[in-house]
Amino acid sequence: MEQFLQQMINGISIGSIYALVALGYTMVYGIIKLINFAHGDVMMIGAYVGYACVALFNIPFIPSMLIAMVVCSILGVIIERVAYKPLRNAQRITVLITAIGVSFLLEYVMMYFVGATSKTYPQGALGAGKLSLGALSINVEQVYVITTTIIMMIVLQYIIKRTKLGKAMRAVSSDQDAAQLMGISVDRTISFTFILGSSLAAVAGVMLGAMYTISPLMGVQPGLKAFVAAVFGGIGSIPGAMLGGILLGLIETLVSAYLSSSYKDAVAFAILIIVLIVRPAGILGKNVREKV
Amino acid sequence: MKNKSITKSLIGLVSVAVAYVLIKILMLPQVNVINPFYQTIVLKMFIDITLALGLNLITGITGQFSLGHAGFMSIGAYSAALFVMKTSDSLLNVLLAALIGACAAAFIGFLIGIPTLRLKGDYLAIATLGLGEIIRIVVQNVDQNLLGGAAGLSGIPLYTNFEVVFFGAVITFIVIRNLLKSSFGRACIAVREDEIAAESMGINLTNIKILAFVVGTFFAGLAGAMYSGYVGVIQPKDFGFMKSIDILMIVVLGGLGNIWGTVIAAIALNVLSVALQDFAEVRMIIYAALLVLIMLFKSGESPLFVKLRRIFSLPKLKLSMFSKK
Repeated sequence: MEQFLQQMINGISIGSIYALVALGYTMVYGIIKLINFAHGDVMMIGAYVGYACVALFNIPFIPSMLIAMVVCSILGVIIERVAYKPLRNAQRITVLITAIGVSFLLEYVMMYFVGATSKTYPQGALGAGKLSLGALSINVEQVYVITTTIIMMIVLQYIIKRTKLGKAMRAVSSDQDAAQLMGISVDRTISFTFILGSSLAAVAGVMLGAMYTISPLMGVQPGLKAFVAAVFGGIGSIPGAMLGGILLGLIETLVSAYLSSSYKDAVAFAILIIVLIVRPAGILGKNVREKV
Repeated sequence: MKNKSITKSLIGLVSVAVAYVLIKILMLPQVNVINPFYQTIVLKMFIDITLALGLNLITGITGQFSLGHAGFMSIGAYSAALFVMKTSDSLLNVLLAALIGACAAAFIGFLIGIPTLRLKGDYLAIATLGLGEIIRIVVQNVDQNLLGGAAGLSGIPLYTNFEVVFFGAVITFIVIRNLLKSSFGRACIAVREDEIAAESMGINLTNIKILAFVVGTFFAGLAGAMYSGYVGVIQPKDFGFMKSIDILMIVVLGGLGNIWGTVIAAIALNVLSVALQDFAEVRMIIYAALLVLIMLFKSGESPLFVKLRRIFSLPKLKLSMFSKK
């Protein structure tokens, strides 16, 4: 039982990182119907910026994270403006291929500058030690990850539900033309979506980097997993991405603890395919009928 | 009418023979234009052509976006390598191995195609991506003694020579070209252009999609079989997501649905990779930038791209299958 609870905590902490990245996927998909393949790599850039701040400039962890968020937001907007905006009315496949291209571009440009070897954050960058709760022992790192994620989600919910920009986002995602007629600047709203998504990815990247190691290709697997999480929860739905991320983290951890760790990655993709075939709208998504 | 097509086939056969003889002469040690180092690139080029033609049938011609092509290649590679290692690398066995590899990939493609091809557009892309990864993980873990786990298979006889890849690629090209001219090929294009219209003209969408997928994966398996006899060592990680993107890149560069374009793009990319062999990291940056620039150039809507297109007088990329509804 203790081991089970322990695994649950591990699952929730990795799941919250998936959830943070998945939010970026789901918001962008909700608003411009694009699978932003480069999102995982924006996360990677965030991890490197955080690393540079913490390890090279000795900036404390929280300000480093904020710097990473700013840098990634700018990067996200640049990507959107340069690569996606000219293709807004193009075919979906074109934009998808462009996104794959951007993703590779980020990875290999980064590899050119920092090399392919992986680096580690200074020991205990994200807090060290363990908290014991009865028989359970929780890493301080995990506590930080889970708390940060919860704070981020509350802030995000607030922005989307209570602010004018959030309202604009919801309007644009439900009907772009109508939103424009009501005087909403679609371009600015889309850029804002990218800012939100990329800064969440930066947070995830910095935390992931501090827990494990960073390398130019670190964004690929978590990026794909986070996308699976977004689909699992219902793509386009923000609570869905949160739920999907945490569930995926839990399932993955439990599979690797009780069944086989080598099939951990396969499980995520198997879930993806089953969800896509059985219920493409995901857990919390709305089922939209196709009109002929 | 009949005479015309016979003449055409004759011209085709003659040009294949001429190409074969020409490359063979260039490869002669006395001529030494294609030296042994370039020969390995030429072999890889023909394997790439085979792979990309298969993917072009699925993605370019039938419009089913697949990101898991490398997974099917790995099935072909592993089954052919196992067959040759358990028997011998006589010519008959090599041919059999190629056939076994191709059929194994096609069979898995058939099993996977039935449920997944119900999906459309980017959902299908993601599902095939996931399947490609699942194939890789399963190959890596299923039977460590037989398939060698993450270390893969080594010591595969190097049975792939120039003839194998050349005729492999030529056969693939001829089959896909002829399919394209047949009623099946026209049905594929119809499915790509408009599924609803195609269905109302009496085309069975599921059958056409699955058949195209099976044929495409068959050639992926064939290419895989040629690949394992070419490198001698195969590992699951050689057939990951990145490899699928490499193949997709050839198809996209050559033009979706254009089989001559695929051939030219495969040649061009291999030439590029030789030219940039000293700058491996730069090569990937150039690839990625090319991918983005081509897409922007072909379908971008900002004034710059519109003007560029006018200068080169190219039409806007039109694939109505992916249009927004």
